[in-house]
Amino acid sequence: MKAVLLGATKGMGRALARLLATRGDPVFLLGRNLEDLRKSAQDLESRAGRGAVGVAHCDLEHPMSYALALQAADDALGGFDTVVVSAGLFGTQEQLEEDPALLARVLDANFRGTILFCEAARKRLLARGGGTLCVFSSVAGERGRKPVGLYGATKAGLSHYLESLDHRYRAAGLRTVCVKPGFVKTSMTAGLPAPPFAGEPEAVARSVLRAIERGAPVVYAPPIWALVMLVVRGLPRFVMRRVGF
Amino acid sequence: MAATLESWGRRVAPGAEILSEDLERITPGRPLSRGLARSYGDACLPAPGCREIVGTVLADRILAFDKDSGLLRAEAGLSLRDLVRLFLPRGFFVPVTPGTMFVTLGGMVAADVHGKNHHRDGCFGAHVTSLRLRLADGRIVAASRAENADLFRATLGGMGLTGHILEVEFRMVRVPTPWILRESQRIDDLEAFVAGLKASARDWPFTVGWIDCLSRGRHMGRGILYRGRWAEPHEAPRHPPHAVPRLTVPFLFPEWALSRPAIRAFNELYYRAHLARSRRRVVHPEPFFYPLDAILHWNRIYGRRGFFQYQCVLPETSARRFLELLTSLGGASFLCVIKDCGPEGEGMLSFPKPGISIALDMAVRDDTQRIVDALNERVIAEGGRVYLAKDAFTRPGHFRLMEPRLAEFERARERWDPERRMKSAQSVRVLGDGP
Repeated sequence: MKAVLLGATKGMGRALARLLATRGDPVFLLGRNLEDLRKSAQDLESRAGRGAVGVAHCDLEHPMSYALALQAADDALGGFDTVVVSAGLFGTQEQLEEDPALLARVLDANFRGTILFCEAARKRLLARGGGTLCVFSSVAGERGRKPVGLYGATKAGLSHYLESLDHRYRAAGLRTVCVKPGFVKTSMTAGLPAPPFAGEPEAVARSVLRAIERGAPVVYAPPIWALVMLVVRGLPRFVMRRVGF
Repeated sequence: MAATLESWGRRVAPGAEILSEDLERITPGRPLSRGLARSYGDACLPAPGCREIVGTVLADRILAFDKDSGLLRAEAGLSLRDLVRLFLPRGFFVPVTPGTMFVTLGGMVAADVHGKNHHRDGCFGAHVTSLRLRLADGRIVAASRAENADLFRATLGGMGLTGHILEVEFRMVRVPTPWILRESQRIDDLEAFVAGLKASARDWPFTVGWIDCLSRGRHMGRGILYRGRWAEPHEAPRHPPHAVPRLTVPFLFPEWALSRPAIRAFNELYYRAHLARSRRRVVHPEPFFYPLDAILHWNRIYGRRGFFQYQCVLPETSARRFLELLTSLGGASFLCVIKDCGPEGEGMLSFPKPGISIALDMAVRDDTQRIVDALNERVIAEGGRVYLAKDAFTRPGHFRLMEPRLAEFERARERWDPERRMKSAQSVRVLGDGP
């Protein structure tokens, strides 16, 4: 596949980009910081020992940047067939409740920005007969829960949008993959108390790659979270009000 | 419950690790960086009163690699495991490797690690061409043999006390195949062992031995000598080595599991299992270089109180006296590792120097401090020294007597960190830094 990745300088996106590059898939990196992107491109080139990896500036908080970035990726890859979005902002519930400016940014980047970016990517893919749009949402969007209410709301909206894309455009050739990571040990979750099923980014990347290849519409990672969320979705409200998660 | 950090020997200190892909952002103002925390003692633990140290493992990008020269530059958190798995299939290996893959480049520099090829290739630091460091005062500087040379030499083996290592540049070496040709020999006593290491050093790049340090008298120092080299294409299988499956130790062992009779039985079996006097075969490089990495969490076999490793280097003629003292003190251990060292490296506090290095694991017990003190006094009398990456019990007075180079190291710290803002639990314990 020829993949363009937004958010691959860090965490699960970084792990997925390495997996793709080392098995020989051409990749192109989008992100906010050009210097950081170039270092990640160097990393992929060194690990893969193949061709050069291109980069372009793209910021979820600035929708004006999307079209140019996708065009640059298209030009460099000769038409990409896969778009992966793992970028996003995070804040703990406490941080977001206390800091409305941060909350505004998280809402803007994770919901408005991500959906606008996906719309731009989707149109490009559909115009050439389809492809894969793989987007990192979260298990936080499955249920209104105490510790991740605000962040979870952005992801709930995103998951809802991705499900609708799958229903609406799969027949036209667009395969939408909605990734719902549980707790994964990345810099985003560093410092938070890790639950029993905490995952590693490399293992998540392998699950995501399998899901992309199979065209699975939803992937929980690590897989145990599918079961955890099945239980959590079934819990009655009076229980959710009492428990801490 | 307050957060705590652990070392490989299961020593614990209050504190937390701050993790980020961006070391430049998280290093200012923090007293220490650590990688995969494989140092056994307290070198990777925060000094008393320091709550937060930097964890480097997320900063693991390779920033440049030149396949003609082998020169590689990477962020400090890159693990040796990633490096080996990426580059061995492409015909490159690290110039020096310690006995585990679960270390980072930054840790390899900070401990100036040595390996089975020390007699020929020296420490890892000998192959490092340049470092990028965050100093205690916040500046970011480069250090190499040409630029800030004293900082460079103090950082090789400096246990992270000269600044946060951000990037490491070193030279990878080309290998003819990704397979190792290994010979193993059963050796009857210590003198034969030392002679065997010496004789093998001429023709073999990798040598190491395991000795049974429970047997006494005539059999003292009996064991198995391993020597190896990279296999040539006509000797090796055509296919690359497969990934090695891993076992894990899922729980802490009870204390009787490492009682003296249990260790004696293990050592006897390990020695007897080598039936032929000499064997030669082509083997996978991972079990050759990293035999214990196949068992995750193997530190749990030492139970709740943990363990430590005592590693010292001594003149060859002192090895027997040291082992006699060890057996008389009851320092039971399995897998006592013996290796001859080449010349002393550039690192101001690098461990190896010409002689014999002896490393042994010991469970922590009530009389551990007494045993270490007695062993250290013997090491001082013989003109040897101990390895800080393993150390948990050496007293400051003893370390000063072993380490004539300490004054030079302290001069470098005085120049680059006069307020001693960089510190660890170990530097407070051994070097007398203020908590």
